Amino acid sequence: MIRTIGSSTLCVVAEFGGIANFAVLSIYEFCCQRRRLAKWVLAVHEIGVRCVPIVAIVGLFTGLVMGLQLYYTLARLGAEAALGDAVALSLIRELGPVLTALMIVGQAGSSLASEIGIQRNDEQIDALQTMGIDARGYLVGPRLCASFICFPILTACFDLIGIFGGYLTGSVLLNVDAGVYWNHVFSSVQFADIYGGFIKAAVFGFLTITICAYRGFYTHLKSSSRGVRGVSESATRAVVFSSVAVLAADYLITSFLI
Amino acid sequence: MSDKFLSISGLKKHFGNNRVLDGIDLEIERASITTIIGKSGIGKSVLLKCIANLVLADEGKIQLDGRPIIQSRKTARQPGGVCFSYMFQNNALFDSMTISENISMPLLETTSMSTHELHDEVEGMLGRLELGDVSSSYPAELSGGMRKRVALGRALITKPQIVLFDEPTTGLDPERKFSVLEMIANYRKQFGFTALLVSHDIPEVFEISDRVAWLDQGTLRFIGKPEELELSADLELSRFLDMANYGRNKTE
Repeated sequence: MIRTIGSSTLCVVAEFGGIANFAVLSIYEFCCQRRRLAKWVLAVHEIGVRCVPIVAIVGLFTGLVMGLQLYYTLARLGAEAALGDAVALSLIRELGPVLTALMIVGQAGSSLASEIGIQRNDEQIDALQTMGIDARGYLVGPRLCASFICFPILTACFDLIGIFGGYLTGSVLLNVDAGVYWNHVFSSVQFADIYGGFIKAAVFGFLTITICAYRGFYTHLKSSSRGVRGVSESATRAVVFSSVAVLAADYLITSFLI
Repeated sequence: MSDKFLSISGLKKHFGNNRVLDGIDLEIERASITTIIGKSGIGKSVLLKCIANLVLADEGKIQLDGRPIIQSRKTARQPGGVCFSYMFQNNALFDSMTISENISMPLLETTSMSTHELHDEVEGMLGRLELGDVSSSYPAELSGGMRKRVALGRALITKPQIVLFDEPTTGLDPERKFSVLEMIANYRKQFGFTALLVSHDIPEVFEISDRVAWLDQGTLRFIGKPEELELSADLELSRFLDMANYGRNKTE
């Protein structure tokens, strides 16, 4: 039993090492390649711009639901005026970075894992290698670099739209004074809350894009199935592992920031 | 400078209990065309992939122009480096890129050519391959034969010194098959590259080959000129050639 635990632990540590090595080499090789700006802009479009609608919709509904739930909870204590504080702080500190990351994983992460997985199966990655182009630098590096900027910006969009959603339920539907709501939002949010959220978003971006790309890149080694099933398995596992990584990292970062 | 451009010695590769390559020794002269023949699944593509460093060999040495292959690949674009190309059996085209983007990609990513020079090179290649009309199409919109020609164009656009062709004529009609083989021979004369082919097109491929190597049971059991094949006393080889219809076509 001890041997099993030991070997499993070694496997997990080796996997973490492999993922970290993969991420660092991807960024390094990307920095050595040509047309970096063009590739980076394309990656920002793929990860960032394409995810704006889903992030906006989820942000709005999260804000609406939070406005509703928090209003009735605060009303029991006679503290409806604190709705702005509660909505803004919970969104900026926790829900914004986490839900945005989960939405991007669902939209861009799964497609990244399957795209790279299909390229692996079709020997397109081998073709890049034979052309003297490092596949990690070409396929993964731009996306990793794009994630550092896309995740924080999308998180900021999520937070703003969510706070507006809270205003819609709190002030428009449930008659909390609009001035009180916005005043509480602006007075409660500190700079530390904002940059804490951004740090989380950047870390989540790096983790999720690395995990999704890694699963796709090594789909031929990491999947129990081959071909289309292997790619599908890689995409599913990429989403599951990324989501767990986001939640685990959220706990760790919050412990340091709080 | 040595005439032996590519030198392989004692190359071994196994997958599980299956020993695919069991001590391959092969020397290939500069600007020659060498064809590897053998049954399906015998390890011909694995040999090419070991040379291309896509599959790591268990044992053995591969030298390109007197230097270990990995070192040669790393310095491919530097003075004295060896530029290298590989044409895949299934073409391995980038399906989200147009034909002209596929062909231009190696130049775009590895050279500092101006847009104008790049455009001229790609247009020239598309013209020679009779693909000018489909330059803005995607690989999925082309026939198997056209995709093969695109892959050939991508392999040759960098004017490589050595090209590995993994079944370049599979899936082509007889006319196109002959045309692709002729193109390889002509380009070899024009650019002077060294070619290593894996092919099942016996005897058509012998027309362009300087040497033929027969891979069987993990080793190269025959290496020689195409005309020496029928002189071989190896009964297995004779049987393989008979099966491959060599005898009948030879008589015709």
